[in-house]
Amino acid sequence: MFRNLANLAKYRALIQSLVVRDLKARYRGSVLGFFWSFANPLLLLLIYTFVFTVVLPGYRPAEIQPYALFMFCGILPWTWFSSSLSEASNVLISGGNLIKKVLFPAEVLPIVAVLSNMVHFFLGLPILAGFLIYYRLPLNLAELAWFPIVVFTQLLLTLSLALIVSSLTVHFRDLKDLLSNLLTFWFFATPIIYPMSLVPGLGKTLLDLNPFTHLVVSYQEILFYDGAFGHWKWLLALLVASAGLFLFGYFVFDRLRDSFAEEV
Amino acid sequence: MAETVNAIEAVAVSKVYRRYSHKRQFATLKSALLSRSLIRDLRPDETFPALRNVSFAVPRGSTYGIIGRNGSGKSTMLKCVAGITKPTSGHVTVRGRISALIELGAGFHPEISGRENVFINGIMLGLSKREITRRFDEIVDFAELRDFIDAPVKTYSSGMYMRLGFAVAIHVDPDVLLVDEVLAVGDEGFTHKCLDKFAEFRRRGKTILIVTHSLPLVERFCDEALWLGGGEIRAIGDTRRVVGAYVTDVGHSEEAAIAAEDARTRARVSSDAALEAAQPPPERHAADPSATLSDMFRSSEGRWGSREIEITDVTLAGPDGEPRHLFQTGDPLIVTMRVRASQRMTDFVFGVAVFNAEGACCYGTNTWLEELGSLEFTGEGEVRFVVDRLDLVEGTYKIDVAVHNKDGYPYDYHRLLYTFRMKSRTKDVGVFRPPHRWEFSPAVAMEPARRLEPRQPAGEPHSAADEPA
Repeated sequence: MFRNLANLAKYRALIQSLVVRDLKARYRGSVLGFFWSFANPLLLLLIYTFVFTVVLPGYRPAEIQPYALFMFCGILPWTWFSSSLSEASNVLISGGNLIKKVLFPAEVLPIVAVLSNMVHFFLGLPILAGFLIYYRLPLNLAELAWFPIVVFTQLLLTLSLALIVSSLTVHFRDLKDLLSNLLTFWFFATPIIYPMSLVPGLGKTLLDLNPFTHLVVSYQEILFYDGAFGHWKWLLALLVASAGLFLFGYFVFDRLRDSFAEEV
Repeated sequence: MAETVNAIEAVAVSKVYRRYSHKRQFATLKSALLSRSLIRDLRPDETFPALRNVSFAVPRGSTYGIIGRNGSGKSTMLKCVAGITKPTSGHVTVRGRISALIELGAGFHPEISGRENVFINGIMLGLSKREITRRFDEIVDFAELRDFIDAPVKTYSSGMYMRLGFAVAIHVDPDVLLVDEVLAVGDEGFTHKCLDKFAEFRRRGKTILIVTHSLPLVERFCDEALWLGGGEIRAIGDTRRVVGAYVTDVGHSEEAAIAAEDARTRARVSSDAALEAAQPPPERHAADPSATLSDMFRSSEGRWGSREIEITDVTLAGPDGEPRHLFQTGDPLIVTMRVRASQRMTDFVFGVAVFNAEGACCYGTNTWLEELGSLEFTGEGEVRFVVDRLDLVEGTYKIDVAVHNKDGYPYDYHRLLYTFRMKSRTKDVGVFRPPHRWEFSPAVAMEPARRLEPRQPAGEPHSAADEPA
């Protein structure tokens, strides 16, 4: 397993060119091209803003004003996370030709899925920055220094889950459908469209068990809320846990690797 | 060579595939959880052995062929060597960089250009970007795609797609090249280019492992060969001997297949005949003797006649007298009819005609046309039609046999009930091959003929040189 893991470094060029290919191929033939990378989160944002400010105005504390920006801090990373996982659930099956006919390191496929979605996430960041400047939110440089760490933690977590999901889907095809439902549930079980502070006692404990909560809260504290980044302990704990999960995910993937060529 | 190093070593390789019962073709997580069989489901239950205890070694720099029928485990073996699947037991060692031509262009993405695909495919096959840049022009020229290299691959024809895939794979510059039946890639010209490339690989001391159905290719290129049947080694070693054994085996089963097919036709025809027998016998037409010739052009198999003389049995045989259905062009053919007459007959004509698969009559004759007058016949007898040289081109043929009277009134007519297959060393065309030769004046220089054809089936005397040492 560790030898294979070390081999990953050798596949750098392969992963890189596959990510580039993915990005190029995705919008090849579409009129707006890369603009879709910006348009997708923007449209999503528009819908949620409309629903929660016009249709369901309800009670909203002052701390999450402007609401659009608050939500955007959560939706952008969530989109990366959820589309990575739903792509990963399909990636070994659609890439079956490679696995069956070419000597090809299968783990490259889920990794590419996660990384190309990460690029989309990065492409969404300028919009976020635009919002931040528009609302003249004070940004703290010390807090911003945490930003790469949050991104890295999310990358590790997403990679681990992508490895597990992709390898298990080969054996259990219905995992794909299960996953899309699970992701919807997961979205609402994460403080993305509501602030953590609105959640009562027991609910808060449950939310704390959700690893993505801590990522979103971190993004929100760094980018949205004033004041110091107080969530760093949780974040570091999650980083360590994600690293462990990554090893576990890779282990699962490695164990199932030999069965891919036959089952895909 | 000072020492022979094996580039590929397979030791006692077995591969067991899991076979699903149709009930649980797709195991679902739900059912696995419900029946608590999550772990069990990940293990093979019903199994199918694709390879059984296969061992072979390919010395560095040699070309090795694996032959066998469909489903004999050839491709599984190649995948084990390529490392795409792992053998269930045993192990395979390969020394040097491998390039596997198993499925060409497997990693191509349809939406992006040929140029980008060449780079990505090359990286997948283990080249660095710089290496690809250096070989790029060579690859594109080899694939003959200079004008289309910047078009998306989805616009390529399947031939262009395969050519590009082949070009990339072959320019990886492997030490060990694995080839799975990919030479049917392009037109004649491209195939030649591929073969030339293989020859160049050989000259440069690379190792090649070929899985193919093309026996001429194996005979021409391979130093050694392996014949797999049902996942087991049937023969291994000297190419000519292995190919010879394989061809013989294919011949046997082809024989059996033709014999079975013929038997089925005859069974059907005789049940039809039983129905017809209930109807009044055909009127005795005192027409001209060529009436039976018109019978010859009935399209479907059948048997009819009044049976005053009956053909009870027909066999086709080679020179050794053994019944068979496979002949080499130029072989003798003996058609033996067993005949029976319940009463004394004086007016009878025996006839034979040969038809090819398109239904064209290749040759037809009878004793009356050849001015052999009939005297008398009672009881049982045998009529043999002996062809000293059957000079037909390769293909499947059917024959008619008949006995009728001089006026063409059929006693027993067997229409297209007997099949034989011609094999030929030359892929010449048409129907009939007259014995011939080519002659050239000294100014016309020709290479001596290469013998690429498969070995003759058993029963043919091999020349001494063909026998394994």
